[in-house]
Amino acid sequence: MTTTYDPYAGSRETTEGRVYTVTGGDWDTTLGADPHENERLVVNMGPQHPSTHGVLRLVLDLDGETVTKARVVIGYLHTGIEKNTEYRNWVQGTTFVTRMDYLAPLFNEAGYCMAVEKLLGIEVPQRAQTIRVLVMEINRIASHLVGLATGGMELGALTAMTNGFREREMCLDLLEEITGLRMNHAYIRPGGLAQDLPEGAVEHIREFLEVMPKRVADFHRLLTGQPIWQRRLKDVGYLDVTGCLALGVTGPILRSAGLPWDMRKVEPYLGYETYDFEVPTSDTCDAWGRYLVRMAEVNESLKLIAQALDRLEPGPVMVDDRKIAWPAQLSLGPDGMGNSAEHVAHIMGQSMEALIHHFKLVTEGFRVPAGQVYVPIESPRGELGYHVVSDGSTRPWRVHVRDPSFVNLQATAAMSEGSMLADVIAAIASIDPVMGGVDR
Amino acid sequence: MSNDGGSNVVPGRAEAGYDASTAPSGGFRKGSFGVSGSGDTSGFGGLVRVEPGGAVALHSTERPYGGYFDEVTDALIDAVGQATYDAAVRRVLVDRGEITYFVGREHLLQLVQALRDDEALRFELCSSVSGVDYLDSGGPAVAPGRPRLHVVYHLTSMTYRRRVRLEVAVTAEDPHVPSVARIYPTADWQEREAFDMFGIVFDGHPGLTRILMPDDWDGHPQRKDYPLGGIPVEYHDATIPPPDTRRAYR
Repeated sequence: MTTTYDPYAGSRETTEGRVYTVTGGDWDTTLGADPHENERLVVNMGPQHPSTHGVLRLVLDLDGETVTKARVVIGYLHTGIEKNTEYRNWVQGTTFVTRMDYLAPLFNEAGYCMAVEKLLGIEVPQRAQTIRVLVMEINRIASHLVGLATGGMELGALTAMTNGFREREMCLDLLEEITGLRMNHAYIRPGGLAQDLPEGAVEHIREFLEVMPKRVADFHRLLTGQPIWQRRLKDVGYLDVTGCLALGVTGPILRSAGLPWDMRKVEPYLGYETYDFEVPTSDTCDAWGRYLVRMAEVNESLKLIAQALDRLEPGPVMVDDRKIAWPAQLSLGPDGMGNSAEHVAHIMGQSMEALIHHFKLVTEGFRVPAGQVYVPIESPRGELGYHVVSDGSTRPWRVHVRDPSFVNLQATAAMSEGSMLADVIAAIASIDPVMGGVDR
Repeated sequence: MSNDGGSNVVPGRAEAGYDASTAPSGGFRKGSFGVSGSGDTSGFGGLVRVEPGGAVALHSTERPYGGYFDEVTDALIDAVGQATYDAAVRRVLVDRGEITYFVGREHLLQLVQALRDDEALRFELCSSVSGVDYLDSGGPAVAPGRPRLHVVYHLTSMTYRRRVRLEVAVTAEDPHVPSVARIYPTADWQEREAFDMFGIVFDGHPGLTRILMPDDWDGHPQRKDYPLGGIPVEYHDATIPPPDTRRAYR
């Protein structure tokens, strides 16, 4: 039995056998003559790390404190949502996709439902379209605030985090009032919405519109002029338009490089072409520009919400087609949210046909004509595309989500190689990936 | 009930007799409940599996395609030459305002390069690369070794604000497709995902490894023949089978 010399564990023979003594040693005797000869250090960061923006794992090659190579490892939050949708009917798909990018659930729902509606060849009523815009823009504000809050926390700006989450809570309260849930709403359904706006919601949204601009101004007072914040973000995570397009990066990152590419403007949907809003851009191509773009987008979303409120007309929020529309609107009963009492009385007491219809539509669902569509919308993180394939049955044949976080995260290496270790954190925070969307 | 499940088969949808020109776009079934010509709304008619095949309708759209599609097609022909175009593009389908070019894998890179670089095309952005498994989706071309794995590319022209879709089909026995990652670096992860989930091998990819599943995972989970691995669950004295073995409406 041969043993090579081990500097950490000297050994001696005893009557009991060989005994190792684990000791330390000096670096220069351990590493050889020049301890600085081989400085390449591979550091694993994550997936459980407070500064990687979720269960993201980075494998970083370091030379001193400079990152020479950044590799991104994902998949720690893979839940098989795309596969799952193939075993549920078309309406149930909403409840799955809403859980992907969990900071922008309403965008997932809207994208998925618009894809299903395109396959069906139906158009949702005007009121439903307006409310979709309304809730999506509230959601966009909430998402940008979390991006700011977690990004601030990762850079040590804890007040940004506490304030960001506090302001986001106002958005979540509104969404809870409208949809019944803070997150994972399943509010937007193929054909329209699960329910109309509840009473009082419009007033509460108007109050929010009063308060929120002041809070945005507070953020600017807190962060924008602050030297530490500026120096942590400026010239960090540089990526120009060429780099963005090569890597498929869209959303605030692309707009921070100066290209005003926003699906709401370039391929309008849900009537966005009739709203008055700007696409904020920056020409700095860095994390600072992305911060400014996101803050400006919050203001634009507030404008959109105000306009959406003004054009709310009474009307249905679900298509007329009874073969597609959910049989009952939801309403709040004594035991929580459910089918409205009138509807239950109708199907249980008055109409056998209505009961059969309800049963058929809920258990079997509707069929969607075969074909495939790709529907892109502008989520807070960029182009959120739904490639949905139907084989003509009651379930999707395939739902592929082009999640912007997934695609944008590829830019990590381009943004952070050659920079300092601490700037990797700032760069990833400026990408603002949501791992639920990345891994799906 | 006497009326059989076959009532919702579109008459004459046999391989030879199927008339593509009258079919709804890509679809072979009508009606929300899949019922035609009978009063059967029980849905049990739907338990007889109708081989749809139409998820990728096998007919081709004739020109003119309408919209900007003709312009894109002409520019593409100019860029690669009529002979190459004819050899590369098997058929073209315009459906729901979207155009799909079904492309042979030998010519994929040439077409993609032209689509990105040509002045009149300028598809700068590769929005999405996804795999689709059409196992058992049937259709007129059912045959052993039928190319069941499709790779779908969605390309966006920011200059002209246009979108096209390219589709490449390969068999599961020979699932090789040339990688477009050298032309569109963004396809890197998306091709890795398609490899991970469908086992499509992208030749020339800089590092084709699994991306979402663990490195030592067996199989490709989003293939249609990949078992879900659920176990029956007892609930209130009834046994609920796993989702993929449940009786299902189709």
